[in-house]
Amino acid sequence: MTMDGTEVLTRTVTEDEATILDGWTGALRESASLQGGRIREAELQTQAKAVLGQFRDALVAGGLDADGESYAPLRETLADISRSRAIQGFTPTDTANFVFSLKEPVFEALRLKSGADASAQAAGMWAGGKVIDRLGLQTMEVFLASREEVIGRQGQEIAELSTPVVRLWDGILALPLIGTLDSARTGVVMENLLQAIVDEEAEIAIIDITGVPTVDTLVAQHLLKTVAAARLMGADCIVSGIRPQIAQTMVHLGVELNVVSKATLADAFAVALRRTGRKVVRQQVPTEGRG
Amino acid sequence: MTITKAETLPIRSGDDVVRVRQRVRALAIEIGLGLVDQTKIVTAASELARNTLDYGGGGDVRTEIVQAGTRKGLRLIFEDQGPGIADIEQAMTDHYTSGGGLGLGLGGAKRLSNEFHIESTPGAGTRVTIARWK
Ligand SMILES: Nc1ncnc2c1ncn2[C@@H]1O[C@H](COP(=O)(O)OP(=O)(O)OP(=O)(O)O)[C@@H](O)[C@H]1O
Ligand SMILES: [Mg+2]
Repeated sequence: MTMDGTEVLTRTVTEDEATILDGWTGALRESASLQGGRIREAELQTQAKAVLGQFRDALVAGGLDADGESYAPLRETLADISRSRAIQGFTPTDTANFVFSLKEPVFEALRLKSGADASAQAAGMWAGGKVIDRLGLQTMEVFLASREEVIGRQGQEIAELSTPVVRLWDGILALPLIGTLDSARTGVVMENLLQAIVDEEAEIAIIDITGVPTVDTLVAQHLLKTVAAARLMGADCIVSGIRPQIAQTMVHLGVELNVVSKATLADAFAVALRRTGRKVVRQQVPTEGRG
Repeated sequence: MTITKAETLPIRSGDDVVRVRQRVRALAIEIGLGLVDQTKIVTAASELARNTLDYGGGGDVRTEIVQAGTRKGLRLIFEDQGPGIADIEQAMTDHYTSGGGLGLGLGGAKRLSNEFHIESTPGAGTRVTIARWK
């Protein structure tokens, strides 16, 4: 006798849905407590119930083809769940287990249902394993894609956050650069600085590269372009924070910035003050009362 | 001379270039290079990785920690299957660029390394090998 595994599976999930749900939420509750309460039990219960209901509908309508049309609503729900888990900081294992832990209660129900019919049980388990594995993989794909999205967005936020233009004094701006100066960021940096030069009618802009780990020809070229553009806007640039090892490397590269450079931001600020006709002096120590 | 550790990193995006720099920095520290030498090899690696990406259409870098007697070194082999370089002498010339750069990357990488070797076959790709010894 040949038993159709899909049929066995579909019948079991349809008729024993309540038992399976019980077993599944039990397993989920156990692992949820291990995850330190990232998710509330009621939420987990709702998710499990929705997923199992849609799984049943999909089986009835579309058999085992987890990539097919009838699985679309279930895929959607699982995608939502894994996206929210990626954001909540679940591990990939936690997320995969949400789907994979459905296997045990389904297999248990198949065992009870098939009784002595071993071939029916085996066929049902094969069908169940196949479709749940596929659903698990789909869930992981969405999870990873969401994580990458989160990371990408953080990268952008950091890029914007870490390029502030600081007003040090009337007409004196500072741009402390921190981190890698590749691609997208340099454009933002340059625009921010030029805009600030216009807004503040700045005469001097200090570009501090203490926090830039590597100055290669690309970074140098960006610095040169920024300096040239600032000059067109009527502001002179001073580059500060060129560490000794960076200075040596720039010499070997053959890069010349052709711009005033100072070891520290403080030195550069002193130059800027002097150039704009100001100077910092130590306050006279009051002498009265000392004899 | 023996290779005591080797790995290969992809160079397919700007982020990969950043990762190559970070890895090369870690390996340079591992073999005990000082701050100046670390900065030199990291900067040379940055130049070659970007050339691999921009002109070679992507490729990879093989990193090797090598040992000759008691001396340790870091060797990096950048390889791509891009268009290759027809005139290597011209490409090595300071300020020559075909892509709007400063044209200092190849010459700079050579000056920043103890060993420098470039092979290229037009239509087949480019391989640049550098090494820095402790
Ligand atoms: N892997 C490669 N494949 C093909 N052509 C290359 C490769 N590497 C370098 N070149 C060619 O050699 C030229 C010089 O390279 P080099 O790194 O010295 O300068 P650059 O990249 O143009 O500017 P930068 O100063 O920003 O590095 C390039 O403009 C390019 O035409
Ligand atoms: Mg280059």
